[in-house]
This record gives sequence, C-alpha cells and structure tokens, in this order.
Amino acid sequence: MLKIFNISKTFNPGSVNEKLAIDDLSLQVAPGDFITIIGANGAGKSTLLNAVSGSFYTDRGSIFLDGKDITMVPSHKRARDIGRLFQDPMLGTAPGMTIEENMALAAGHGGWLSRLSHSDRERFRAALKPLDMGLEDRLTQPVGLLSGGQRQALTLMMATINPPKILLLDEHTAALDPKAAEKVIHLTESIVKENGLTCLMVTHNMQSALDLGNRTIMMDRGRIILDISGEKREKMTVEDLLRAFKEEAGRALNNDRMLLDS
Amino acid sequence: MDIVSLLQTAFELGLISGLTVLALFLSYTMLNICDLSTDGCFTLGASVGAVVAISGHPYLSIAAAMGAGMLSGLVTAFLQTKMGINSLLAGIIVNTGLYSINIAVMGNSSLLNMNKTETVFTKMKDALSGTFLSGQGKLIIGLIAVAAVVIFLVVFLKTRLGLAIRATGDNPDMVKASSINPVFTTIVGLCISNAITGLSGCLLAQAQKSVNIDIGQGIVTISLASLLIGRAFMGKGSILKRAVGAVVGALAFRLVYTVALRFNLPAYMLKLVSAIIVIIAIAGPYFKNRLPELRRQFAHRKGQAVTEPEDKGGKGDA
Repeated sequence: MLKIFNISKTFNPGSVNEKLAIDDLSLQVAPGDFITIIGANGAGKSTLLNAVSGSFYTDRGSIFLDGKDITMVPSHKRARDIGRLFQDPMLGTAPGMTIEENMALAAGHGGWLSRLSHSDRERFRAALKPLDMGLEDRLTQPVGLLSGGQRQALTLMMATINPPKILLLDEHTAALDPKAAEKVIHLTESIVKENGLTCLMVTHNMQSALDLGNRTIMMDRGRIILDISGEKREKMTVEDLLRAFKEEAGRALNNDRMLLDS
Repeated sequence: MDIVSLLQTAFELGLISGLTVLALFLSYTMLNICDLSTDGCFTLGASVGAVVAISGHPYLSIAAAMGAGMLSGLVTAFLQTKMGINSLLAGIIVNTGLYSINIAVMGNSSLLNMNKTETVFTKMKDALSGTFLSGQGKLIIGLIAVAAVVIFLVVFLKTRLGLAIRATGDNPDMVKASSINPVFTTIVGLCISNAITGLSGCLLAQAQKSVNIDIGQGIVTISLASLLIGRAFMGKGSILKRAVGAVVGALAFRLVYTVALRFNLPAYMLKLVSAIIVIIAIAGPYFKNRLPELRRQFAHRKGQAVTEPEDKGGKGDA
C-alpha cells in the first residue's frame, strides 16, 4: 500500500538550526495496516506524516502509494488518496462556512459549478448521524460555532467520506477533553474498520498505542528503532515498551506528555 | 441644485461605485486578500472602456473593460501565488505598473473626453426618451449592473468553485485537504473581482462622459469604507444579505458625502473622510474587544500605589 524507501529530510540546512528530522527512513505498510507511531519529542513522528502527505518534499528517497510514485506530487493532489487529521481541531475545517458547505468541499464530487443538492444533504445527514452529536440537524450552522471535539469528529467524517487509500492521524485527540477524545478514538476505530482503511496514527499515549491497531513503530532521531506486530506486540506492556526504547536508543524515553499521561 | 437631483446623483454614483464594493466583497471579505491594485484596475476599466466606446462600440466597451480588469487580476494573483511576492506588495506593484499602461491605453494622454461618444448611457437615454422613465438612464443602468453582479455572486459563491474560494480565505489548509489547489482558487477569485472593478470604472467614466488618469485614485479606501459601513448595517448572515449590505454601504457612503458637500465641505475632503471611516471601522471593533483589558490596565495603574501587596516575609516564594 504505502512504501517508503530511504527518505531523509533536513530542516534549515546550513544554519545553526539545522535539524535532520528524518534520517534514511524506510517503511512498508500493508493494505489494512493500522500502525500506531510513538516516540520522544522531536523524534520525527509528525515529520514522517508530513512527508507522506506532501507538506514538503523529501531531500532523498522515494514514496510510493498503491504502486504510484508520489515522491514529487504536490500535497493537494495527494489529498485525493490521503486523509489527514491534525492535533489542532481548527485546522481541518473552515470556521466561517456552514457544516454542509464544509462537507460539500470535502465530498468533492460534481463539477466546479455544481451546487449542493438535496441528495447531498441527505448523504451528509446520514454520515453525521452515527457521530451522535446532533450535527445532522445543524447542517446550515457555521462550523466556527462547534466545540473542538465536534469539529474534530466532523473533520474525521470529511476526511473519510470518500474513503482515502491511507488515513494519517497526528495526535488527533490530544487537544480534546478526555470524554471527547474517547469518543473520537471510538469513531476512528469504527470508521477505519468499516472502510478497511490503512492508517498511520501518531499518539503520545503508550497504552492506546498498544491497544489500537495491529502494528506499532517507535521512532527516535528520525529513524524507526522498533517495529512490532503480531504476537510479540500482543504480549507487550507499556513497561516493556519503555525498556525497549532504552535498549534501542541508549537513553530513557523523554516525552513530557507521555509521562503525564501514563 | 435642488435636493432631489442631489440625492439622485448620489444614488447613481453609489450604485456604480457599489460595483467596486462588491468586487472587494469577493476579494477582501471572501478571499481575505486586500487587493491594492483596485485603484489602477478601476482606471484601467475606465480607460479601456472609453477607448473602445470612442472607437464606436458602446456594448463591446463593457466587455473589454471587464476583460482588461480580469487580466489585471490575473497578473496580481500570479505575482502573489507563483512569484513569491507578498499579496499587498503585489497589488501595489500592479497598481504602479497600471499607471503607465492606462496612459498608454488613452493614447499618451491623461484625459479622454466622451461628450459626443455613444455609450450604454446615451443608448439608454435614447431608448427611454418619451417614456415616464425619461432621464433615469443612469439609475437604471446602475440598478441593472448591481443586480446582475449581486445575483452572480450569490449563485457563484454557492457553487463548488465558489465554496472553494470562500474556504481559501477561511482556511487554505482545508482547501488543500479537499484536493483543491488554493493557488487556482486565488487566481479565479481575483480575476472575477477585478473584472467587476473594471466594469465599475468603465460605467463611472461613461456616466460622467470623461476619464482622467486620477479617476480611480483612492477608490480602494472609499470602497473599503463602504464595505465596512455595509457590514455594520447588515451584520453577518447569508451571502445575499452581506452582498446587499455592501451595496447599501456604498449608497450610504455617497449619501453622507453628498450631504457633507451640501454643508460646504470641499470636494477634496472625500478621500480624507473615507480614510477616517476605514480607520474607525477597523480599529473600532479592535478597541471594543480590548476594552476590558484597557479598563483593567487603567484601574490597575490607578490603584497600584495603594494596594501593592506587602511582603509577608517567608510565607511564599514570590
């Protein structure tokens, strides 16, 4: 599904702020994989997702999605096959536009001059109903009026209304209150399952990294230092993960939010 | 001049300049771009329209002015999306360049006279002569143009392309996530808004039967003032309500200006007045938001000497 070959990315090359964010990284993702990604602050987790979604071009290496070379494809074109959620719930929606207008843009069928039809609205209502947030009755309200949790759930709906080939989740529940976060996680699970989506999810919560998905990778200094799945992963505890990190990276895992959460 | 004809002139001018306000409604309110090429584009529409009309094509002059405006918008958009030039600077650069182009268009002259030229206004005047609407040509053309642009905007901004343009001003990242290139939406948006500005300039020049190189001077500030007045009147709401608000703002602005002239305010004060209106309209809400903070600051400063906490010694660390 997604194949990453030896990509590297250096930010601010030649300056005092030079940082090798991704260091000769390779990763093969099978169709239907749900991979959780953990690692210390600045390990390159978000940078990896940015490289896949095309926020920047990598300095070296190549990226293939479903057999197609997307290494130098601009991000808005990749967006056809890649759904994405950020930590900040404000990033995924246009606040000044209504729920149905936001969804119409995301649903994206029809020509440039097509208008919202009755059947579109029915479709949006049906899509919003399972969120159980009452959004299906608020189609004509501006998104700016919604709470962070509602906006993130809506963004999730928008990112998956045309099932993408791969879904990238960048700590998409980290900015939500615990109840909303739990709800969005449940939604994520069921949507991924229903559509058989391939998914990469960055999280700082070690427990949910092990609970969710079928594979966990751990990153450090722009590299993948641990890649576990199957039986080995099932037996793993958070303590094992921390120990494994220390063995591989040669130092204790430091991620302030991770420590606060566990 | 009696008060009725004064008001009528204000209304006609308000409608024609209201077109530029609608153009800014698209670029400034929707696309979130302050298009500083508006002055030059307005003059471009006026001069191109005048030249084409003088050469004997009254209807074609309208299309030519809009096409020229669109081209100007294309250049402004290209500079800011493809050439790495800041959007304000792109507008200023195009505006400066257009000054030379406008004089060239008018055949090396900074003034063109259309006293004997056949324009849409003379055509309308002929068509209406003898009917009960005789003498209302300018008003009718203004109304038709404004209605056409308002209807176009209301319909267009609900299409997928229109939604994408609005989202570009609201959250460009979300536009990219919807696999739409914000560069494309910015270009389309500025082309359309500048075509409307060109139309506005063309109609104003033909209504007053002359065009000079300064016809568009300060129009961006005047239109912005009108836009913000309209917003104050109509508030937020549907696209239709806000577009109508923009036109109402333009009419209100012209009305106030006409009344001010009546009280012997010199005509050259128009631009200063519009500048002050823009300042008040933008700074007003800013200070309104900051009011609690400013109050707190003031109270704190006043009371500080008396209520400064005493050092209790050893109890806390601050």
